[in-house]
Amino acid sequence: MRSAHKFKVYDFTDPVTSDTDLPPREQVVAEIVQRLEPFRVDARPITGATVITKDLNIDSLAVMDMVMELEDRFDISIPLNDVAEIHTVDELAEAVLRKVGGR
Amino acid sequence: MGIFDRYRPLLDSYQAMRATGIDPLVTMERVLSPTEAIINGRKTLLVGTNNYFGLTFDQECIEAAVEATRAEGTGTTGSRMLNGTYAQHAALERELADFYGMKHCMVTTTGYQANLGIISTLVGEGDYLVIDADSHASIYDACKQTQATIIRFKHNDPASLEARLRRLKDQPGNKLVVVEGIYSMLGDTAPLKAFVDITKRYGGYILVDEAHSLGALGEHGRGLVEEAGVLEQVDFVVGTFSKTLGAVGGFCVSSHDGFEALRVATRAYMFTASLPPAVVASVRAALKVVRRDGAALRARLWENVATLYDGLAAAGFRLGPEHGPVVAVLMPDQTTTIAIWHALLEAGIYVNVAVPPATPGGLCLLRCSLSAAHSRGQLQHVVETLSEVAQRFGVLETARKRAIAG
Repeated sequence: MRSAHKFKVYDFTDPVTSDTDLPPREQVVAEIVQRLEPFRVDARPITGATVITKDLNIDSLAVMDMVMELEDRFDISIPLNDVAEIHTVDELAEAVLRKVGGR
Repeated sequence: MGIFDRYRPLLDSYQAMRATGIDPLVTMERVLSPTEAIINGRKTLLVGTNNYFGLTFDQECIEAAVEATRAEGTGTTGSRMLNGTYAQHAALERELADFYGMKHCMVTTTGYQANLGIISTLVGEGDYLVIDADSHASIYDACKQTQATIIRFKHNDPASLEARLRRLKDQPGNKLVVVEGIYSMLGDTAPLKAFVDITKRYGGYILVDEAHSLGALGEHGRGLVEEAGVLEQVDFVVGTFSKTLGAVGGFCVSSHDGFEALRVATRAYMFTASLPPAVVASVRAALKVVRRDGAALRARLWENVATLYDGLAAAGFRLGPEHGPVVAVLMPDQTTTIAIWHALLEAGIYVNVAVPPATPGGLCLLRCSLSAAHSRGQLQHVVETLSEVAQRFGVLETARKRAIAG
């Protein structure tokens, strides 16, 4: 209920489950960017270098909710302990790829 | 950069609100009963105090507290580990363990400390703490204090919990799932049977915080664990004395061997003074009332829930998802929430303001909580007054209201 609140509906909702379809880095970045779109504050596009909690109008709860969605999308565990260390979109994409690789 | 600079935005918004003549932090100038107090010089109806059975003014509880103060003094001046364990503390622990049919109980000085201390100590490095996304602040704070890995699942969503436990199934380390009986903001109950089944299937432990459900749910008032028929499968039940039991303090019960080790490992239990004799005595008396008169008090509480919830629903308000001792009224935005809350206070009714980040999903709420001590007339008055005020602020549509009235 809570997670549905601010997020839009996206196209790629099928969870990635098999090791053969490792997502390319660009796809992971694109999916993160898409989930962050509702929180964009100005015309500047969201890129890998965007600092999530500084450059966007997003609170820590919404970041945690997005992480929860990424966990389900890529069938991985991203502990809250790691979220504190993640600042940029690129860092989040890295974390996702590391988990997908180690799955 | 000054030490308070980080709080500048908070302070600014607080002061901006005060400049409009509204101070959201009220002082109860004098509390008259479980349902009335003097606020801003005005007699005010209290509909936001978590005083579910209205036991704060129960004669037996008051007498027990007074007698204990005379007999044992005003405070214990020490930790449970040192000089702060009196015979009464041990007796209360036995009585609570007996109430739940569990072997062990630990009493803490606040409910917050029960969650903070016990959850953070139960799991450690290499373990997993798996929490509902809408968990209370005390559970989130426990996450900050433990070395365990923290995983969040979607609020009240068994499939989301299952997906997370499945991903962790090959990881060594204990998994502790933490849920609440009734969630404090929207008043919704957990799908506990499903949570317990899933947790057990994956070999995890489950802890249920019954802060808002002790007394209110279950044939004997043991909470959602009893109502859902899972009391015997649940590993840990946490509760508070500051709601149905009308005082302050917290506890955790369990039947696991080894539980007593927590007494010498839980920092929030060891490094704080124990509950004063008056509180322990009033809680023991309140627990007796719950065991003796619980059925009648529970029936009155739920009648009151129906009066307020159904009345507000009929008036056209959007409410939390289900009947319960917490009734959340959804508001469109923060400014309107505070304006309506203030207008209600001026009209002699106190409810809680709940706005982000304290609320789930960015919701703005007027949070009401019911008591067995409320009269039907008092609650009908709340429905009428809130409808009138909300209409004035354009929150309720006039046509809807007329249709109800007609």
